[in-house]
This record gives sequence, structure tokens and C-alpha cells, in this order.
Amino acid sequence: MTDALANSLAAAPVQSAPAARVRSYWGGVWQRLRYDYVTLFCIALIILIVLSAVFAPWLAPFDPYKSSMAHRLRPIGYRQFLLGTDEQGRDMLSRLLYGGRVSLLMGIVPVLLATLVGGMFGVVAGYYGRKVNMGIMRTMDIFFAFPSVLLAVAISGSLGGGITNQMLTLTVVLIPPICRVAETATSQVRNMDFVDAARATGASTTSILFTHVLINVMSPVLVYASTLVSISIILASGLSFLGLGVSPPTADWGLMLSTLRQSIYVQPLVSAIPGVAILVTSIAFNLVSDGLRQAMDVKA
Amino acid sequence: MTQMALSPPPVAAEDPRDRGGPAQPMLIVDGIRKYFPIRAGVLNRTVAEVKAVDDISFYVLKGETLGIVGESGCGKSTLARLLMHLVDRDEGHLILDGDLVGEETGVPLDGLRRALQMVFQDSYSSLNPRLPIEQSIAYGPKVQGASSKVAKAQARALMEKVGLKANLFAQRYPHELSGGQKQRVNIARALALDPRLLILDEAVSALDKSVEAQVLNLLEDLKKQLNLTYIFISHDLHVVRYISDRVLVMYLGQVVEIGPVDQIYEDPQHPYTQALLACRLSMDPEERVEAAPLAGDPPNPVNPPSGCRFHTRCPFMEDVCMAKAPGLGDVLRSSADDHLAACHMVHPGSGHSRAPLPVRA
Repeated sequence: MTDALANSLAAAPVQSAPAARVRSYWGGVWQRLRYDYVTLFCIALIILIVLSAVFAPWLAPFDPYKSSMAHRLRPIGYRQFLLGTDEQGRDMLSRLLYGGRVSLLMGIVPVLLATLVGGMFGVVAGYYGRKVNMGIMRTMDIFFAFPSVLLAVAISGSLGGGITNQMLTLTVVLIPPICRVAETATSQVRNMDFVDAARATGASTTSILFTHVLINVMSPVLVYASTLVSISIILASGLSFLGLGVSPPTADWGLMLSTLRQSIYVQPLVSAIPGVAILVTSIAFNLVSDGLRQAMDVKA
Repeated sequence: MTQMALSPPPVAAEDPRDRGGPAQPMLIVDGIRKYFPIRAGVLNRTVAEVKAVDDISFYVLKGETLGIVGESGCGKSTLARLLMHLVDRDEGHLILDGDLVGEETGVPLDGLRRALQMVFQDSYSSLNPRLPIEQSIAYGPKVQGASSKVAKAQARALMEKVGLKANLFAQRYPHELSGGQKQRVNIARALALDPRLLILDEAVSALDKSVEAQVLNLLEDLKKQLNLTYIFISHDLHVVRYISDRVLVMYLGQVVEIGPVDQIYEDPQHPYTQALLACRLSMDPEERVEAAPLAGDPPNPVNPPSGCRFHTRCPFMEDVCMAKAPGLGDVLRSSADDHLAACHMVHPGSGHSRAPLPVRA
């Protein structure tokens, strides 16, 4: 709307212009997301996967740890085994449902932790600049020097196996990239005049960071973090595959893939099932992050 | 120097916030200086300094508008940021209504921030894209301790004051506004802390002409209503002439000329001011300027020319200009009607062939 129009509106005899509909930031995000069916579908899919993992004890037709030598490596749809059985005769569907618990935990928890820690470091580095930035970002660069898988293997190897250590490993691996994204976004925002305008009002650094910086840094960081969920799941699977993550007989998608690989010539389809689960989950998270990026852009 | 008819200095109306009396300048800037270090090498040593603002002194009277003009890169914006304490100064003092700013005994920074506000040039980057404009305006009062409700009411009142219907605009985001509307929001935000001195850093430069005129008129109205003092920074000489009472001309981090607006525009003393004024577009096609009065870029402020900084581009350059830097005179002791120029050609006995003869006693 032009100024002239605004002025003519202001001059109009109508006493009270109708108040513009108040729509919060997240309300706007939802408005844009509403018609993005791919993203909505993927969100539904993720919710489904999460629910099935949470309610695994009720959904699983069999005990995921009960093996049966008589029913080893049954094909998909063999009698009561909807997705067949693995090399120890355990029901694949049950193991898949239980395995989702570990795998989703590995996908989401390290990303959340890394977003908190890495995001904080990145914002601090970006806002204060100079020496603080140097100190933080060069430290991150050291981590960047190693390929993420190698770094995860190294940390995991020295910490030992187990779910907690695996999550810790993944968190450490994911902090540097998130930190970098947060730092870049922050240093861009930091040079905008509205930050100077806020400083000119006498606002404290904390207030400026929370009111003006975080809100602008949040969306690139959140979107980037959501792409990392799939990477984290795959990394966790890789660690379990190498024997550095959870140990057998725990049901975990990566571990299942690892143990079933010997049977790939016997039951290729059954062996591929955990991989399909990883693939579908990662793609869903990636597409959701893509959709979120568009929806979180106020100017869209 | 031709003496114009002395007009009484603009004296501000009584203001309860006034501390130093009507004759005390609103702001005195005394020898302010800012060099930005250029670091290089492995050890990050300072290899050079950009002399962005180099020993600038001036004052702004209560209720007047001081225009600051100069080319891009001459230090206008750095000066504004120094006054706002957004950049720390290397040297110099600020005296706000009789009180030293920032020193232990003087006005605390918080007091300065309430008295001094700034409207930024880039209306796009000066508003937080993620905040509805009502919140952008209400932020300052909230920071200074107003409750959220009071701050919002204040923001809405200010929006009406700058000509934006609060009902229509309060919840909008900056990208939903035009350039002129955004600049109105910026003005409202600057006014939210009830300042006495407003620094307008190229506040209308990015607007198209019709909107620019509207905003200038708004500024004039606000100035009367709210008893404001303006420092108006611009490279648009027409606008500066329209709005200013006095004009300060900057070149390469220094003041080259200062004086009442009509004297500067009708009888510029410094060759740089003369060249700047010659660059103005005339309404009359007959008065077309054929040759550019100023050739080339301004010299590098890292390594400013010796003597008079303008000598590299000055048509009247002589040996003395290279050897000795001309002083401006004691700006702080001069009256508001004095017209000072830092040029050897106006200083008697400076050694320049065009200088007036020294007055013999």
C-alpha cells in the first residue's frame, strides 16, 4: 500500500478503521503450511512413525527378543510373520517397531542437544565477533577437519558403546555444523541497523539477543537442524553397524541392518526392511525441513 | 565575508527537561575522533588506521536543525554513530545540555540514550523483519521500564502521530509496508523514548521525491510539536537547505566549513563547498553543468593528503596547501551566526595568494 493511500485512509471520515486481523508469527507459519500437502503428509508420516515406536509394546505382535531356530529368515508375509523373520527367527515387524524407539531417539535427542549447545555458541560467536568468534569458530573448525563419520567412530570408540554414549557422540558431531549456521545467521543479523537501534535504546545485550537476534536466527537454525535428524539416524545406524553403538540383541535399525547383511542373498527383501525404515524416516524429515523453511519465511 | 542580517538565534520554548537554560547548546561535540584500525598479518597487528572522524568540534543549539553534508565516505555516518555511542570514540567529549556525557560525574549513558535518538538510513534493515511494527516501536519504552501495556499504548499513539493508522498497521510486519511507511515507523521508534535531539542519518535519502516531501513535512511538524532539535545528515543539498538552520560541511573526516544555511549556500567559502554546490542539479536547463566540478574519488582516509586534505582536488591549490593544514577556527567559541571555513584562502596572512591581506593594527 502506498503512503498516499494510507493517508487517504487516515483522512477518511470513517472513525475506526477495522483492526487488522492479529496473526501471530506461528499463526502465519501455519497459514503457509496448510496448503503444502507434501510437508503435511511427511509430518503425518513422522507422527505415525513416532507413535508406532512409542506404542511398540502394544502394537508388536511378538516379543522382539524371542528367537526361534525353526523360523529363521522367513520371507515377508510368511504365516503370522507379516515382515518375515531375521537370522535368529525373531519377528521383523516387532523388531522394527521396537528398533524405531532407539533409532528415533538417536535421531532427535542429539539434534536437540546439539541445537541448544551449538546454537548458543554460534549466536555468542556471531554477536560478539572478534576474539570470541575466533576462539569458538576455530575450535569448531578442528572438529570440521575430520569427516563426521570418522569423528563419530573416534569419539564413540573412546567412550565405549551404549545408548547414552552414542547420543553423546552424535551430539558432539552435530554441534559444529549447527554452530556454524547459527554464527553465520547471527553475524548477518548483528550488522543490521535494527540491532543498533535497539542498542541505542539502552537495551541490555541479553534483551537484544532474545528479542532481536534469536527470532531471526531461529528459522535457519531450526530448518538446518531438522535436516540433521536424518543424518543423525544414519550416523547412529552406522555406529551400531560397526558395533560402536547399542549392542545386540537390542533392536535398532542400524544394528538390524548390520546383522542381516549376511543374509542378503537368502532373504534380500527382509534384509532391506530396516534400511527402508531408515530411508523413509530420513526422507520424511528432510522434506519436512524443506517445507518448514518455506513456511517460516515471513515474506513468502 | 559578507555578514547577513543577524537573525536572533533560535531559542527553544521552555521545556521541563531543560537543565542548562535556553542559551546552553543542546549538544556540544568537542574534538571527537575515531580511527578504525586496519589489522593484517599473522600477528593481527594494526598496520594502518582509517581516520574516519578526525578531531571534529561543533555544537547544536536547542531547537535548531544542523545539516551535515559531504560526499559518501567522508565520515558522516560514523559521526552519527559516535554521537549515539554505538561506536566508542577514541578521543573527545560530548556535552549534553551542559552535562558531560559518559564521564563519572556527567550524564550516564542511559540518560544520553533517552535524550538522543537516531533514525537510520536504511529503512529495510533498521526494522526487525520478524517483529510487528507495534512491537518494534514499543521495544524502547519496555527496555526503559514501561509495562508492556503502557509501551503498546505509547507505540499506537506514536504511530498516529507519524501518520500511520494504528489499527491498520500495528500488527503488520516491515515487509508489508512501503519505504515511506517504514521510515515513519523508524521515526516513531526514535520518538518512543521522548528524545530531545534526533539524529537523522540520511533519513529521507532512500525515499522517492513525493514521499520524501511528506516525511520532511512530518519532521518539521514533529519538531514544533515535540520541541525537538535535529542533526540532519544528508548528501542531498536541496533537502539540507530546506530543513536546516545551520550547515556543517565534512570532507574526509574533518569539518571544512560551518555556518548559517543561507551564507553557506549563497556564499560558500571553501572550494569543496563551492564544488559540492556546483554539483546540484539546476531547474534551469540553460544552467547545465558541463564539466564535473569535482573529479575523481576522495583520497583514501587511511593516508590522507598532507596539509589541507582537499588540496589534491582543489583548483586553487598552492604550496602552502600541501605544507600546512588550514584550521577552522574555534568553532565552540564562535556564535551561531559565524561562518567559518578551513581554507587558506579565507585566513588572512596564510600565505595563499588569494588570501585576504592580514589586518594591520
